[in-house]
Amino acid sequence: MLRYLDIYWVMLRNSLVREMHFKANFLLWMLVELLWFTGQIAFLEVLFQHVNQLGDWSKWEVVLLVGTHQIIAQIFQAFFYVNLTNLPELVRTGRLDLLLLLPVDPQFAVSTRQFGLDNLLNALVGLGIVLFSLTKLGIHPSPSQIFLYTGAVALGVTIHYSILLSLNVLTFWTVRAQGLVTAYFHLLGIGRYPETVFHGTFKVIFSFLLPVLLVANVPAKALTRTFENPTVGILELAAASALSLYASRRLWTHALRRYASASS
Amino acid sequence: MARGKYGTVFSIGLQNTFVYRWNFLLKTLFSLIPLAATVFVWRAVFSEGGSDTHGYDFHGIVFYFLLTNLVDTLVTPTEDEWQIAAEIRDGRISAFLTKPVDYLAYRLSLYASYRIVYTSVALLPLALLFWGFHDFLRMPQSSATWPIFLLSLSLSALIQFLMAYLIAMLAFWILEISTIVFLLYSFEYFLSGQVFPLDLLPDSFQGVIRWMPFTYEVFFPVQIFLERIQGPLLWQGLAIQTLWAAILLTMARCAWNKGIRHYQAVGG
Repeated sequence: MLRYLDIYWVMLRNSLVREMHFKANFLLWMLVELLWFTGQIAFLEVLFQHVNQLGDWSKWEVVLLVGTHQIIAQIFQAFFYVNLTNLPELVRTGRLDLLLLLPVDPQFAVSTRQFGLDNLLNALVGLGIVLFSLTKLGIHPSPSQIFLYTGAVALGVTIHYSILLSLNVLTFWTVRAQGLVTAYFHLLGIGRYPETVFHGTFKVIFSFLLPVLLVANVPAKALTRTFENPTVGILELAAASALSLYASRRLWTHALRRYASASS
Repeated sequence: MARGKYGTVFSIGLQNTFVYRWNFLLKTLFSLIPLAATVFVWRAVFSEGGSDTHGYDFHGIVFYFLLTNLVDTLVTPTEDEWQIAAEIRDGRISAFLTKPVDYLAYRLSLYASYRIVYTSVALLPLALLFWGFHDFLRMPQSSATWPIFLLSLSLSALIQFLMAYLIAMLAFWILEISTIVFLLYSFEYFLSGQVFPLDLLPDSFQGVIRWMPFTYEVFFPVQIFLERIQGPLLWQGLAIQTLWAAILLTMARCAWNKGIRHYQAVGG
């Protein structure tokens, strides 16, 4: 375990050095993410011109939810996104062979090579929005609430990881992956809305089968909805992330067994 | 050569895209998820007694998003900008410089065939979608709306293609264009009306929106079909749309000519 931390630290440093070589690119990426986030907030502004509540959530509660979604998505993207989306390319060109030869767990090797500092800065923007919403709502969270929130955010990152890993593992079969990355954004994007607006089969599927509705809703509720007992939600989220992590791991090892390199 | 050279390019494009039909199908299926979420969100808005929504009711807004989805499927390029950029970066366009083929016309033919394959593959899920929402469909009252809609739709396609082409031309000067492509995507996504109908924005924005090219990529043809834009404003809109297509075409030609002079034929 300690060895993995050492390896990770070296890769982190390398990745930061590389990133600083392309400063313009770094700033542009930050701008792209910031634009998306601004767009989301603008959408909420438009919605709340016409209503006071969305599925019994007030405007600033929803803004807090969107901020939370931003934190989780950006932390995930900082650590894993680029690496996982690179997997299809590794499979297509056969360069995955090199990674498989390394004396570390292959899943670790494909998940951790690069790191996005710009995403981490954007996560801070999300945090800023969450704090601002808290003042607007007049909420002073207790230490235990903050603890639950942080834990739930980490669990949410795990769900993001499992889903994108699974999607990209599918390219062991389909070879091309462009559509799959959009699938990730389409899927996880619905987590920005209060779960109470959804009903029926849709809600069941995305709360249990593909638990994307829990990701941001559970931590946001831990802060804002003090009248609800947070334990049930947190336990559900913990179970969901453990299960999805396990399922994606199984899918990965299964796919790896049928991998037959490309060039040799 | 009865079909002509661009006809041949068109049919090669057809064959290329069919190889990846599973991708298309998956992509279309997944794009239904945000659409469904949008329907839920707006239902919540209208059940809260959302008032004064610029003449949209729940049915109207759902139909708006269905049409937006349809127009997006029909005209938004999927990979053209990446392919063009890659051809420039890897020096593969050298082959075109020696042949009597106009690169823009070549890419336009490929774009057209990609769109047709994509649409035909997406047709089944889209048909199911429209069937599922058949209560929400409102056909235009006036039969004149159809030809105007089709005209505007073709102009949208041209604008979308030229934007992608123009962005890809940057590959002559910089190696990595993905950041800029995504920058453009983010503007297009919000400002072409795919997140919410642009006429829901406050009046102070409407003047700017009327003059922006993004408006004419998706939002404008949809407004025509819904017959929410009529009379002088309709003709003014069509004129602005044509103007943007012409401006972008000129810019695309200029960018290519300038780029070629800068081009070093890597690997050639």
